[in-house]
Amino acid sequence: MAPVMIDVDQLRVRFGDNEVVKGVSFQVPSGGSFGIVGESGSGKSTVLRAMSGLNSAWTGRIAINGQSLGARRDRAFFRTVQMVFQDPYGSLHPRQTIDRILSEPLLVHGISDIERRIEKALAEVALPSTARFRYPHQLSGGQRQRVAIARALISEPETLLLDEPTSALDVSVQAEILNLLADLRERRHLTYILVSHNLAVVTHLCPQVGVMIGGEMVEQLSADDLRSGQTMHPHTAELRALSVDLEEVP
Amino acid sequence: MLVDIQNLRIAFESRSGIFEAVRGVSLHIGTEKLGIVGESGSGKSLTARALMRLLPTNARVTADRMAFDGIDILNADEKAMLRIRGKRAGFILQDPKYSLNPVMTIGRQVTEAWKTHKGGGRKEAREAVIDLLAQVRIRDPHRVYDLYPHEVSGGMGQRIMIAMMLAPDPQLLIADEPTSALDATVQAEILRLMEDLVSRRGMGLLLISHDLPLVSHFCDRVAVMYAGRIVEELSAGSLAQAQHPYTRGLLNCLPSLIHPKSRLPVLNRDEAWLQS
Repeated sequence: MAPVMIDVDQLRVRFGDNEVVKGVSFQVPSGGSFGIVGESGSGKSTVLRAMSGLNSAWTGRIAINGQSLGARRDRAFFRTVQMVFQDPYGSLHPRQTIDRILSEPLLVHGISDIERRIEKALAEVALPSTARFRYPHQLSGGQRQRVAIARALISEPETLLLDEPTSALDVSVQAEILNLLADLRERRHLTYILVSHNLAVVTHLCPQVGVMIGGEMVEQLSADDLRSGQTMHPHTAELRALSVDLEEVP
Repeated sequence: MLVDIQNLRIAFESRSGIFEAVRGVSLHIGTEKLGIVGESGSGKSLTARALMRLLPTNARVTADRMAFDGIDILNADEKAMLRIRGKRAGFILQDPKYSLNPVMTIGRQVTEAWKTHKGGGRKEAREAVIDLLAQVRIRDPHRVYDLYPHEVSGGMGQRIMIAMMLAPDPQLLIADEPTSALDATVQAEILRLMEDLVSRRGMGLLLISHDLPLVSHFCDRVAVMYAGRIVEELSAGSLAQAQHPYTRGLLNCLPSLIHPKSRLPVLNRDEAWLQS
């Protein structure tokens, strides 16, 4: 059994009087991938944002690589944990070139050898080196998401938090990005947490899945059990039935 | 026939030359549900917008024929277009967050749509709007009437858009990616609702989406667009018999819950697909 990379225990997040994450616990082994599914408002993205340090109003325990995290994170944390967002149009600075976007994490972390690392990062996500001096609006949606992944990887993290990374993309581009994420995980021994409402996407990448509704993780099961319908909670069964129904090609 | 388009071409002129985004599309819609499927940039939204003459002024539109219920769209004056837009053909866009007016209550917005096309007094309008909200299965229409758009969910917002579009009893509903901003569960609900209302009212539906299996569940026919042309047209029930390699590629590259694939096949775009 691989050592535990991510340990979340009784995580609670509150916005004012409204508790949106109500005691969520799960573990992910090093090099493993954990998927979180649920509808909008179920709290799945909030879990990710609390883990990434984007939201400090949480209680409970979040530990990465054995180290408990506080509300404020040090620079080393941001080097080992990176996040990729849903919308590649919104997550890249529109007036910075790809070169500038990719060099910023290196400057922040004082990593040298910027030239070579940017070249390597672009190659790793299969972007042509000509993309380096372009602006985000000159790239397609799929290329932009590759840039976002390259930016996340350039500080050599161990964990990637992926928030709906393909739902703004065409299905053909989605396939390319999912393949890329699978390759990178293998090559770099990355640990993923993938949040999505698409069960097919989540089970494609994650062998273990947690189902959220109303701020609670009501079930954790293997992707195989989810596929074969070995579900415990009615909400899981409901999500599965819908997914199966829409998947069938008449 | 509600819509008859023959050899529609849409080109944009820029400093670097002329780019033809739609290259000879022909389609017709009766009292039925037609889906147009394709990726971003395939020209599917432009085709729908051309039909309502909602293209930017630098677009050059030509066609052998483009008619809505017998009216020649290419040569109709703006006044005639105003009688079609909204009144006889409703348009639903992707994200209700941007389509609804954020500083107007939902009741007022839907009332405005209703009164513009139907006239009538305030009391009559209110009753009609409450009834419309109920028709799109909003459980508590009296409460929702007084809410602002930011106080409702995305799915509810899209229901409100549908109610607003149905107000003037149009003959055709054009829905451009109506559910891509929504969750899987809500997505299915909204599409079922649209399908049901369209069938019950004997309307035509043009559903534009990038999701081939989804569209085929809610339409009678599906036209697949690639690089400005329709490469294949199928009855929704025979998707599995699709012939064109692009259509097949679109189906194959989807991850599947029931039939896991270790690696997803990607589309290898063939130059020949660009030619007819």
